Amino acid sequence: MLPTPSTTHVSFDAIYEPAEDSYLLLDTLSSASETAFLASHFPSPSTPSPLVLEVGVGSGVVLAFAAANAQTIFGRADVAFLGTDVNALAARAAAQTVRGAVAEQAEPRAAFLDVVEGDLTSCVKDGEVDVLVFNPPYVPTETLPAPLDAEAMASPEVFERDSKLLELSYAGGEDGMETTDRLLERLPGVLSARGVAYVLLCAQNKPEAVKERIRAWPAGWCAETVGSSGKKAGWEKLVIVRIWRG
Amino acid sequence: MKLLTLNFLTCARKTCKTNPAAFPLHPREAELEQIEAEINPLLIQNLLPRINWEVLKTISQELGLPSLPESAPDSEDFMTEEGEPTQTLKDLHTLLMEMNVQNGKLVCGSCEHEYAIKEGIANFLLPSHMV
Repeated sequence: MLPTPSTTHVSFDAIYEPAEDSYLLLDTLSSASETAFLASHFPSPSTPSPLVLEVGVGSGVVLAFAAANAQTIFGRADVAFLGTDVNALAARAAAQTVRGAVAEQAEPRAAFLDVVEGDLTSCVKDGEVDVLVFNPPYVPTETLPAPLDAEAMASPEVFERDSKLLELSYAGGEDGMETTDRLLERLPGVLSARGVAYVLLCAQNKPEAVKERIRAWPAGWCAETVGSSGKKAGWEKLVIVRIWRG
Repeated sequence: MKLLTLNFLTCARKTCKTNPAAFPLHPREAELEQIEAEINPLLIQNLLPRINWEVLKTISQELGLPSLPESAPDSEDFMTEEGEPTQTLKDLHTLLMEMNVQNGKLVCGSCEHEYAIKEGIANFLLPSHMV
């Protein structure tokens, strides 16, 4: 078992605390089948260094895990890692999580670039991302919460601000898919020709229908379930779907 | 924020996505800090094909850094015969991996929107009327 990065510096009042979904991503990325897939998909050292982007990094535990264990997961340490989050507090905390986890590794170490504040992939140049990881706000809710502007972030009502930030991390609107759908719509543009995405879904997101929709995209896309929380824990049974050009 | 990161970012506005002027973003009033990092020769070598050299030259110039060679170095010049990193490799490592914009702005060449960088973290969130 690979170690889980430390998040003891992260304030879970305002930032999503690593939970079953986060750990499912760690287990899936480091599983024998995915490490074999990634190593053969990005053969080392003959191909350019892959760029890994995690969208909505939260505490940074997933990005830190992937960066610290790049050699095991990708079969190479010459991998670059980038993250985004709408929550300014999360972006700062996650950067610290990744830096800390990478620094504990022996050389050669992977390259942690930055975590930036941003909405999904909006600031990322098209066609550059080789591996995209997304643990979305997937819980079905009546409405999708609005992102916090600078004024709301500076509000003295810290408790209210923090609960809004946490809500952003889990509330997914209709079918829990409103944010995930926005991300999926941008995938063909954002991913490189060799790009692969890992997206977490819960049972209420209707993963089978999501996969069918992706397979119907023009130019031959594949979507397969490559990880599952296994136990039937009511409605929150989780799956990881791998999406790539066939 | 590392200079290497700028190789992968554009303006966050939808209307700028298809405009070539939205890449790269231009640093302004930038406070630079060099943060030492261990050199990973294979990483620099395998990142090189992904780096837009013209863009890197522009950014370096805008930041007032020493000017870069006209064309990208050859990765065959990265190691000495004794297997030690050459100055060419060290310089590129410093530029890409060690130079950080701690505070300042990033300006889009298309819409001229300014994104703030504070304490090393860039903010690409847009007010809702600009998305």
